[in-house]
Amino acid sequence: MAAMTREETEALIQEVLEVYPEKARKDREKHLAVNDSSLEKANKCITSNRKSLPGVMTVRGCAYAGSKGVVWGPIKDMIHISHGPVGCGQYSRAGRRNYYVGTTGVNAFGTMNFTSDFKENDIVFGGDKKLSKIMLEIEQLFPLNKGISIQSECPIGLIGDDIEAVAKKATKETGKPVVPVRCEGFRGVSQSLGHHIANDAIRDWVLENRDGDDSFPTTPYDVAVIGDYNIGGDAWASRTLLEEMGLRVVAQWSGDGTLAEMEKTPKVKLNLIHCYRSMNYIARHMEEKYSIPWIEYNFFGPTKIAESLRKIAALFDDTIKAGAERVIARYTAEYEAVIAKYKPRLEGKRVMLYIGGLRPRHVIGAYEDLGMEVVGTGYEFGHNDDYDRTIKEMGNATLLYDDVTGYEFEEFVKRVQPDLIGSGIKEKYIFQKMGVPFRQMHSWDYSGPYHGYDGFAIFARDMDMTINNPCWKNIKAPWKNQVANDEAVKAVA
Amino acid sequence: MPSVMLRKREDGKLIFYVAKKDLEETIESLEFDSPDKWGGEVVLGDGSKYAFEILDAPPKIPLTLQAKRL
Repeated sequence: MAAMTREETEALIQEVLEVYPEKARKDREKHLAVNDSSLEKANKCITSNRKSLPGVMTVRGCAYAGSKGVVWGPIKDMIHISHGPVGCGQYSRAGRRNYYVGTTGVNAFGTMNFTSDFKENDIVFGGDKKLSKIMLEIEQLFPLNKGISIQSECPIGLIGDDIEAVAKKATKETGKPVVPVRCEGFRGVSQSLGHHIANDAIRDWVLENRDGDDSFPTTPYDVAVIGDYNIGGDAWASRTLLEEMGLRVVAQWSGDGTLAEMEKTPKVKLNLIHCYRSMNYIARHMEEKYSIPWIEYNFFGPTKIAESLRKIAALFDDTIKAGAERVIARYTAEYEAVIAKYKPRLEGKRVMLYIGGLRPRHVIGAYEDLGMEVVGTGYEFGHNDDYDRTIKEMGNATLLYDDVTGYEFEEFVKRVQPDLIGSGIKEKYIFQKMGVPFRQMHSWDYSGPYHGYDGFAIFARDMDMTINNPCWKNIKAPWKNQVANDEAVKAVA
Repeated sequence: MPSVMLRKREDGKLIFYVAKKDLEETIESLEFDSPDKWGGEVVLGDGSKYAFEILDAPPKIPLTLQAKRL
């Protein structure tokens, strides 16, 4: 199918909106747009970070998901208590595949679920006593933990428990940091506020812990990788590139990260932000308080990697600049071979994306390196500044959809007919049953890493094996395939 | 009175950021910007106007300040 013109895309949006009642149509209209890459500001064409419309299917998460699942969860040597009923913690346990090194249950706790398991009794009489008891138990059972964070679930805010007081008491008793995080699920419109609350909790309870302590030896090349959650090993694939060019990665926020790394971050010279949406708050704070500059980078696909490496190196001296060129030169043969192998198989294929905080714009470069074209993209919980950055990356007259509803997404796919959809688990089986190849782009569909040059090879292989999988030819039941039937009848006759 | 975080962009322009409002705009003009007087009315890229308290010297940026919406 040929690329759609601006008028066709606009007509498609209007057609999709037609089924809504008038009020809902007015609301949803603001969230769907045709990209105009000449615009400087996205708020001219699209509205984002607003409350989802009641009654439509949204795939957004809650503030607890943003705090426990995204920001705090991957910190491996802390124990994160899901404070409230058991479900929130259990159903979000280990699903994000934040890899880490360590012995689970001894000095690392990433895939475990700690919960205060609220019952009716705790709702009626308050759960503070239970919470202090849990923390004592944790100290006995897991003495190697470096600290505890209390991730509130909805009831904590509703019944008004004073978790801050419990946290302070526990810190006194154990001598380890205990961080209360007020990330009750009902706060805000999506997980995005959870990220912000989590960042603020780090700012208030963790970041200052080593102020005035200069025992940590620093170098002029210290950087922190912020907003890389090591999904399928992403942060490791990024870290090797940075270290190879001569930088010293002091901290990983927060994939495979530790509490000590976070406390040392104020000593670095530069903060590198991968997921802008979830961690820009802390970077802005460090810039203000500790005068640490920050920049965004993108490690998806060789074009963007080279661009980012040079951009990072430009802030350091000549040894690092030479180091960046050396790294790019070293991997050139490798990624050219990947492109030579997969580009002929993937060239011209069209992709629609609907993901979370950074990937709707970050992965575009990687698809383009493989000769593919992204024809539609959208964020579950992006803000205006995310769309500002997206409109430049996307082609003209492509679709933009913010907080897309189940119905809209299906209709868009039916009309645009992409060759691949990249979205989450909730969309996966719908589109596979519709016969459209699908990759889960939140957790890399149990594959990964996709960051860095090593990740690009895996990314290209995964896209190829999904799109060119022979199963897509057999999606239609054989007796519904009219052509085949006619031929069979002829053969019998 | 939103608290505004000011930072310098790579090209030297001041960025006016209000986290609560999800507002990130460039500052197009600042009423007083001299070594002995700083602040006053600011006009943002989208045309909206805010006012800072007038200070005796330009502050060290990045910085969080209170601004009044005009």
